[in-house]
Amino acid sequence: MQKLKKKLYQLSITEISELIKKNQVSSVDIVNSVLNRIEEVDSSIHGYITVDKERALERAQEIDRLIVKLSPDERPPLIGVPIAVKDNICTKGLKTTCASRSLGEFIPPYNATVIQKLLDQGAVIIGKTNLDEFAMGSSTETSCFGPSRNPWNTDYTPGGSSGGSASVIAADEAICAVGSDTGGSIRQPASFCGVVGLKPTYGRVSRFGLVAFASSLDQIGPLTKNVTDCALLLQAISGHDVKDSTSFNIQVPDYRGYLLNDLKGLKIGVPHEYFGEGLDEGVEEKVQQSLSFFQNLGAEIEKVNLPHTEYAVATYYILATAEASSNLARYDGVRYGFREEEFNDLIDMYEKSKQKGFGAEVKRRIMLGTYVLSSGYYDAYYLKAQKVRTLIKKDFEKAFQKIDILLTPTTPIPAFKIGEKINDPLQMYLLDIFTISANLAGIPAISIPCGFSGKGLPIGLQLLADHFQEEKILQAAYAFEQNFDIQKDRPPLNRSENH
Amino acid sequence: MKYETVIGLEVHAQLLTNSKIFCGCSAKFGNPPNSQTCPVCMGYPGVLPVLNEKVLEYAIKASLATNCHINEESRFARKNYFYPDLPKSYQISQYEAPLAEKGFIEITVNEERKKIEITRIHLEEDAGKLVHTEGYVTSNKSFADFNRTGVPLIEIVSEPDLRSSQEAREYVRKLRTILQYLEVCDGNMEEGSLRCDANISLRPVGSKILGTKTELKNLNSFRFIQKALEYEINRQCMVLEAGEKVIQETRLWDPDQNRTFSMRTKEEAHDYRYFPDPDLVPFSIESEMIHQIKAGLPELPEIKIERFIREYEIPRYDAEILASSRELADYFEACAGFSSHYKMIGNWIMGELIRELRNHNRTVANCPVTPEILMGLLKMIDEGIISGKIAKYVFEEMFKTGKSAEQIVKEKNLIQISDQKELEEIIDKIVAENPKVIEDVLSGKKKAMGFLVGKVMKATSGKANPGIVNQILKKKL
Repeated sequence: MQKLKKKLYQLSITEISELIKKNQVSSVDIVNSVLNRIEEVDSSIHGYITVDKERALERAQEIDRLIVKLSPDERPPLIGVPIAVKDNICTKGLKTTCASRSLGEFIPPYNATVIQKLLDQGAVIIGKTNLDEFAMGSSTETSCFGPSRNPWNTDYTPGGSSGGSASVIAADEAICAVGSDTGGSIRQPASFCGVVGLKPTYGRVSRFGLVAFASSLDQIGPLTKNVTDCALLLQAISGHDVKDSTSFNIQVPDYRGYLLNDLKGLKIGVPHEYFGEGLDEGVEEKVQQSLSFFQNLGAEIEKVNLPHTEYAVATYYILATAEASSNLARYDGVRYGFREEEFNDLIDMYEKSKQKGFGAEVKRRIMLGTYVLSSGYYDAYYLKAQKVRTLIKKDFEKAFQKIDILLTPTTPIPAFKIGEKINDPLQMYLLDIFTISANLAGIPAISIPCGFSGKGLPIGLQLLADHFQEEKILQAAYAFEQNFDIQKDRPPLNRSENH
Repeated sequence: MKYETVIGLEVHAQLLTNSKIFCGCSAKFGNPPNSQTCPVCMGYPGVLPVLNEKVLEYAIKASLATNCHINEESRFARKNYFYPDLPKSYQISQYEAPLAEKGFIEITVNEERKKIEITRIHLEEDAGKLVHTEGYVTSNKSFADFNRTGVPLIEIVSEPDLRSSQEAREYVRKLRTILQYLEVCDGNMEEGSLRCDANISLRPVGSKILGTKTELKNLNSFRFIQKALEYEINRQCMVLEAGEKVIQETRLWDPDQNRTFSMRTKEEAHDYRYFPDPDLVPFSIESEMIHQIKAGLPELPEIKIERFIREYEIPRYDAEILASSRELADYFEACAGFSSHYKMIGNWIMGELIRELRNHNRTVANCPVTPEILMGLLKMIDEGIISGKIAKYVFEEMFKTGKSAEQIVKEKNLIQISDQKELEEIIDKIVAENPKVIEDVLSGKKKAMGFLVGKVMKATSGKANPGIVNQILKKKL
């Protein structure tokens, strides 16, 4: 075996795939390496809720037996690759908690379609990652298991809600991960942790088996170490699913074919609404810098307007909470998770179980959602929000008539400290300001690293494209990544004071 | 004061699809509790509903047969409430943009024809069933059976066009017949495949303003529909007469006590927080599909009745009974293929056949007397081989044994005696034995003649041809 510069757990999908094709490494080697890494560092990161050690190893052995039967070209890119799964995506026979007491030790008797696809392509599920309870939050602090930590500085949050998935990628505790994004839950933690995260077009990836938060906004997507891996993982999970009526039956392009180091003629729109008040100076500087990089690569930069941006957060928090209030109504203490043992009657049991089964943020959103759907308020809130959602969609439609992709910061600030914002929900909600619109409009968006803040925390930039044009943002992200090497050190996995 | 009754009905009909509305589970009735469930109908975390196309087809059939307009785009909504028989804590139903709107059916009550408008028909999933009283419930616990969860339903909502309990009953009967004709619902009210709720109010005769309504639930038979409505009309009338106001509320019919009682008032009414279901995209129904379904609709009862009257020249009353089910109508038409004595065929079906079916608890489909066998019997009457009276006995035998009339007549020696000589001998003997009666006949007592005929019949075990007996008697006396 050729001597490697990197440890196995540090490799990307692409690198592993090459080694497996050349029979230079086994899946068991990689899984062992990743499991050891988890053992070594996860106590300081807390990226995982469940590490499925034994079954991952069994599976890796099984995959290794399969690999030898396949010619190198028959081996799919994900074969033998350990993958981390956000714990709101159902895995057959493996506890799926949504980081909520109300779901407790729920063991799904089925796989999410995404999981089935990954397994079909030989991936190895290494474990389930931490998240904000039911994906409601921007820091993993609402998890009933406690927060995950940012590998770049463990005093800081990795973002959320897919904070576990992002942090384990940054800390090399998995080769790649899947998360879910309802208002920025893939992109924001990707940006905070310096990894690549993509929210696909609504309908590109099946939602079957994703525990619903807000059904019209939720979408599963990849979190990876680089853009090529992102394209590979997206390829693996995309496509129509008869089990999900909202998934689209249109051809999935070969994303890898679009990863070209050339952006000649690409028109990039920059919406000025994303560069106003509240934007951290350091973030603005890095994003502006990256713009000139894109120009150097042959892209044309153009200013555009997305006039309804300012209403996105309010619209989102009406629609998402409305849907959530209905989606979460089933966790009543009867079939799953926590049930209050002392009660007077059925309703009392429901109420007490929910009171204690759900955390504060989830309860806040259920109440908000129940309120906006209530008779007498429906028109003023829910219906109006639906109309604004249409306006936001139209903003994008108009913009994409002139330009190919949009470029914005992913978040207004870099990662914040654990505990800093958890008691100020409104401030926390406003952190989603740049990511929410893509969910409302249903368009794809990617976050890629574009530098570091003064404190050494990663900064992300966001690229957005029109419906089902993931290849455009992947292409731009790839070219940027190839030419803009920000990869300084690997994250230190400790607190800044000790650095 | 005189009051006018105003009734609108909500009829829930289970569609006869093999599988449930949003998953592949069987929709069959009567299997062991919870043997027909899956993660989708049980609302497990992360699962999604997918519409069963057959449900749509059946619902469109029902909509077209009730003259409804099918909406171009239709969508599902969630109706949110908490109840142990509802695993998701919401029911997938329709709210805005239902499948179909603005239809009507016609009913006839007291020989008066009336158009009853249908507001809307929408699709929804059924809830589960709570079991409180079955044999296996031994403690004071209740059990939940989710076999019914996700069984497809259509809800047919009428305008408040009904003016009496009789009209309401007739409307449901008519609706049921249509659904059965379409073979989209079996119409079994006992098993709950057809359920009915009623909105009822009274107003002074001549008033155009609707009075305060109550909603009646648990009307699961034709008798209960009528009785509950009659009780409620009476109750509301007494409330109004006493100068009090009717309270807007939901009331439950208690068939044991023959009364309705309050379930919940308006203030306690649920706020269902309806909103479009984001898991199911709006569905549009192409006009081609509608045309296709329309072309495949069977002849509906209304049209069949008119055709029977025209084609077979039978009274409307007969036609309505004969067309009351598709099987019966088909049976009649099969018989009509053998003979043109349509009225007589109808009489036999409406009388003997229906009675025997009821006595033996059978349906037309498993009736031992096929149209061919029945027509064999009618032919024997027609040809004078047996009398009508004997024929009724033969029919009963046919029903019991499935044998042909000819066989039974032969086996039981029931051939009519029409032989002049043979009958004359018998009559001579009777005349000789009853001189007193002969005197009465001659003095004009009509009853006495009947007595003599009866004697002849008795002597021949009913086989004498009554026409010839009369002829001979008249001649002799």
